[in-house]
Amino acid sequence: MEELLTILGDLHPEVDFTTAKDLVTGGILDSFDIVSLISEINEEFDVTIGAAELTPENFASAETIYALIKAKLDDED
Amino acid sequence: MLFTSYGFIGFLIIVFTIYYLLKGDWQWLFLLLASYIFYFLADPRYLIFIAVTTVTTFFAAKKISDKKEAFEGWFKEHKKEYEKEERKALKAKEHSIEKKIFLACLLFNLGILAVTKYTNFTIANINSILNTFGRADGISFVDLIIPMGISFYTFQSMGYLIDVFNGKFKAQDNLFKFALFVSFFPQLVQGPISRYADLSETLYAEHRFNWQQVSFGLERILWGFFKKLVIADRILVAVQAIIADPDTYNGFYAFAGAMFYALELYADFTGGIDITIGVAETMGIKVTENFIRPYFSKNIKEYWNRWHITMGTWFTDYIFYPISASQFMMKLSKKSRARLGNNLGKRVPVYLSSFIVWFTTGIWHGASWNFIVWGLGNFVVIMISQELEPLYRKFHSRFHVDGTSYWRLFQVIRTVLIMSSLRMFDCYRDVPLTFKMFGSIFTESSLAQLTPAAFTGMGITGFDYAVVFVGMLILIAVSLIQRSGSVRVKIANCAAPVRFIIWYGLFMATLIFGAYGIGYSASQFIYNQF
Repeated sequence: MEELLTILGDLHPEVDFTTAKDLVTGGILDSFDIVSLISEINEEFDVTIGAAELTPENFASAETIYALIKAKLDDED
Repeated sequence: MLFTSYGFIGFLIIVFTIYYLLKGDWQWLFLLLASYIFYFLADPRYLIFIAVTTVTTFFAAKKISDKKEAFEGWFKEHKKEYEKEERKALKAKEHSIEKKIFLACLLFNLGILAVTKYTNFTIANINSILNTFGRADGISFVDLIIPMGISFYTFQSMGYLIDVFNGKFKAQDNLFKFALFVSFFPQLVQGPISRYADLSETLYAEHRFNWQQVSFGLERILWGFFKKLVIADRILVAVQAIIADPDTYNGFYAFAGAMFYALELYADFTGGIDITIGVAETMGIKVTENFIRPYFSKNIKEYWNRWHITMGTWFTDYIFYPISASQFMMKLSKKSRARLGNNLGKRVPVYLSSFIVWFTTGIWHGASWNFIVWGLGNFVVIMISQELEPLYRKFHSRFHVDGTSYWRLFQVIRTVLIMSSLRMFDCYRDVPLTFKMFGSIFTESSLAQLTPAAFTGMGITGFDYAVVFVGMLILIAVSLIQRSGSVRVKIANCAAPVRFIIWYGLFMATLIFGAYGIGYSASQFIYNQF
């Protein structure tokens, strides 16, 4: 989670990502940010996030993004 | 059938009456019939194209969806019998079969769009290359029909196919229901590009006559007619005069032309969408909004989130994201980071994907270099503002102007000026002329050009300008009021005489000041050609 918060903090230093809950619908993360983010995540966690997973729900908060990464890491089946 | 024609109004009255006489499933079935009649009346040959797209997309999506369901059911039962790697292989094999069906359908339908819209553009470019190498004999142009609204219904169908392929929802089981989704007549000609998940919520349900809903729909239609007939079609005459004679109308006139076109396009396109949404609303069907006061945007990025929204989100979801999240881009990102450093390297995939999206957006609007350069112009402006972001932050930490009304006004005017400059590519015949006319604003403008006679010489009178000006003030006033909620709801809460004065006034204004009569003919909606 710490690594993810660092990546998010680099994108928008002015936002407190530990509390923000509406990153996409609230207009904090735009499409550019999301694409930068998945490339950073790919680099940091070595997981690939597909286009179909780039939904406002998956990117609503640091927790939902982390849950997505975790699901990818644990992806057994 | 033009939205502003008497024929369309007659068609609407008939459809509306029969729709509410019917019950249950007959309502949506009748809408399908009405939509196909609407399309047939435009040109019977168009029906073949829309039917082919409908049938191929329906069966491909259904096959994918059925396969997905069958595989998931089987996999749930049998997954314990396999090792992790085997399970992955099984999933990959299934995905690859679905992908083949998906790609075949996607390429086939995009192929139809490409052939009908871009064959002659491609031939023209090949010919100009041949000419450069001294070959005077070129390839002859082909006489192809371009089905009305093909860009809109193809994108709408392909969005559905992609969503089914990605497992967002199950495919529609009923071919006729799907055919209605593709052909729903109010939005067939100029959008919005609806998503199946949104439109299907209300499209097939039974709707009983509800006076408030019907009156709200009619009010929206009237508002659309007002924008189109009183403002757009009136100022259109001056826009056409300016464009047609660039030698005379340069300098300040070119600037005035760009501003007039900004007003015309807004009134024309949003007016058309108001009619679309209003018509659907009278029948209880909810069509997605396509505009949220775009000219109040603070920057270009925000503008594109508020103008032609359904097209923007389509390009983001179905082109920008798949390209930028692709394996190729991830590899490119890694490579570019290693070579160019983290800071610069991470920008490469975003910029490359954006370039592709804006190129596609440009060519989607029309098969000409003007639209491609217009699209790429948007790309350049967005990238520059993206790169200047740290500078803006510095500026705002030093000067505390952000949030003040003066700064906001400056931002809004800046956005309108940039967008209007880019849109000059829509207007002039070719790219060099557009650059020349844009340059002339800075080199040829003079106060001597600002004579009333020059402007009344553009085919419309001082009275017309006054009508357009008052119309524009009404547009601005409505947009300002709209910021705190629906204007129609606000009016509905007024006393009966006030409501009557407003709606009757708008009706009479459209009837009296609408651009028809001698010398005028209601013109095609600009977005119909896309």
